[in-house]
Amino acid sequence: MSAIEFEAIAPRRVAPPQPRTAARPRPRAWRVLILVSMAVFYVLPLVCAVKFSLINQKGTYGPQNYTAIVNNGALSDALILSLEIAAITAAVAVLLVFPTTVLVRLKLPKLTVVMEAVTILPIVVPPIVIAAGLLQMKETAPLWVVNTFFNHPLTILTPLYVVLAMPLMYRAIDTGLRAIDLHTLVDASRSLGAGWPTTLWRVVLPNVQTAVLGGMFLTIALCLGEVVIANQLDQSNLTFPLEMIQFASQDNAPGISVAMALVALLFTFLLLFMLSFLARRRGGRTARVV
Amino acid sequence: MTTQSSSHPVDAQLAAPAPLTPAGSGVGVEFKGVQRHFGAVTALQGLDLQIHAGELVALLGPSGCGKTTALRLLAGFDRPDAGAITVGGRDVTKVPAHKRDMGMVFQAYSLFPNMSVRQNVAFGLRMRGRAKADRLTRADELLEMVGLGDAGDRYPYQLSGGQQQRVAIARALAIEPTVLLLDEPLSALDARVRHQLRGEIRQVQQRLGITALFVTHDQSEALSLADRVGVMSSGRLEQIDTPENVYRYPATAFVAEFVGAMNRVGGRIGDDGQVVVLGQRIPPTTPDAYAPGTAVEALLRPEALQVTLDSGGPGEIIERTFLGSSVRLRVSLEDGHELLVEGPSHGAVLPLGARVTLRVVADRVAVTERGAPAPAISPQL
Repeated sequence: MSAIEFEAIAPRRVAPPQPRTAARPRPRAWRVLILVSMAVFYVLPLVCAVKFSLINQKGTYGPQNYTAIVNNGALSDALILSLEIAAITAAVAVLLVFPTTVLVRLKLPKLTVVMEAVTILPIVVPPIVIAAGLLQMKETAPLWVVNTFFNHPLTILTPLYVVLAMPLMYRAIDTGLRAIDLHTLVDASRSLGAGWPTTLWRVVLPNVQTAVLGGMFLTIALCLGEVVIANQLDQSNLTFPLEMIQFASQDNAPGISVAMALVALLFTFLLLFMLSFLARRRGGRTARVV
Repeated sequence: MTTQSSSHPVDAQLAAPAPLTPAGSGVGVEFKGVQRHFGAVTALQGLDLQIHAGELVALLGPSGCGKTTALRLLAGFDRPDAGAITVGGRDVTKVPAHKRDMGMVFQAYSLFPNMSVRQNVAFGLRMRGRAKADRLTRADELLEMVGLGDAGDRYPYQLSGGQQQRVAIARALAIEPTVLLLDEPLSALDARVRHQLRGEIRQVQQRLGITALFVTHDQSEALSLADRVGVMSSGRLEQIDTPENVYRYPATAFVAEFVGAMNRVGGRIGDDGQVVVLGQRIPPTTPDAYAPGTAVEALLRPEALQVTLDSGGPGEIIERTFLGSSVRLRVSLEDGHELLVEGPSHGAVLPLGARVTLRVVADRVAVTERGAPAPAISPQL
């Protein structure tokens, strides 16, 4: 088929960046002071923690505290359990919140205020209150409920963490959806023959991927750091943060506890860097379209 | 100006590539008493509209007149409160959007940002289960047709607005739709690209013989593009006719004042039923609408008036605007009324302050009862 009616237009070429001619102004002293203060405030404790985590029980430097995490079965189990809870929580939260938020924005925009109010409740209600309520429920609930949900942290903590993650997930996804022309994309997809599941999966989700990933990473960070509810509800299978607290309370292994905290922190940093990387990649694609 | 698709002069200029669908394969569309309410607001109050197979109908009207609602109902994005919509004789009122086989081009750039241009065009075919090689070949053919054959691997953000709308057209045509729906597809583009793309849309629609509904608030777009123009106001179809008839013989005062600039000149209905205006007798567009002797206002286009230099004439030229091919004059009458007059720019130069006589050169004139309020629109003066 030949281009007989349409005038061919060469795709826009991006102009190469122009070299800077003006000299960058020298930073003022107070800016440097603020930067140094911030660095000291945030980095110095980390440096100290790293140094402390590298001191073994003999008082010399070495990686023993880190190898202990891998070699210690209880620690490995706690880490795996926490990662399982985090992964399931993040997945369930996305499955619940993503379609709900799309539905509200497309069909029920008047419910936006209600959604915002409901999703902020887990922040307003302190975790200790939630835990106390659940313990009360455990006392009075039918036996099958207790046996089904309260016997393992995976079954009791995951639903709770989904609720706790709701504010993070909803706001992340809602922000992502606000940044795209959701109505037009959905209408275009539907007019081309895509049903709702396909539209959500192939059109909407990829365009809010960064926001969804952001919500998932925050959810994972929440799960890896939550101790209040976990401590109240289950003492038999400790999650990773509870193991950290237990090690910290032992006189002979505080270094392992700090090493665990740093591993968790590093994991969260990696997730955030990954998010930042994806956001930069996707930012270019969507910048001029939405 | 375009007329029926089968006799459009541009057809003669077309080469003969393999058509995507045989010409004239479009189907008829019919709205039967379609109503749509949004709370207390009535968007459509019993719309009756027939679009013939292979025809391009433009719905024209101010914001909130119901034209986009009609388009969305036809697309299946919304459902009417009453009435029915048929496509090719089949009732599609309750058929969901993804099962209607309608291609749509939107006002906003609607390409999927996460997909390449080729993937965008092939998306509809993928939804129809076509083999990958087949749909990508088809996508390349369509991109070639819209002059973007080398842009298949690019992403929407790498294209200009006009290029994105071309891809959107290719994407809508890829599924070989029964009806092509165009929702103000040119309004986000700059004037040059808009003008160019307007002609290209028309050529493709005619070449494929596809039935099309075009929604716009731009009268020049509607008049230049459509086989028939439907003018809507407050959820009602005021008039649907060829662009020439809508412009020259508006059925209502609203149509007269919405489409093009319009003068209201005092007159009356004579004993013979003709309109007496500016000392002339002219047949009304709607005979017998008013009884003889009724005071009326004649609705006259600026180009339906002619001025002649006359030192004792009743009018004075108070403004003169050069428009390139024409000149528009503002003439003040002795009773204080002002009229717009438009004529060719190559004629004699009429200076400001000159006294003139006015003459009506229309063969028919639309009238409205004197004192009837003007429609709540801003005619393009």
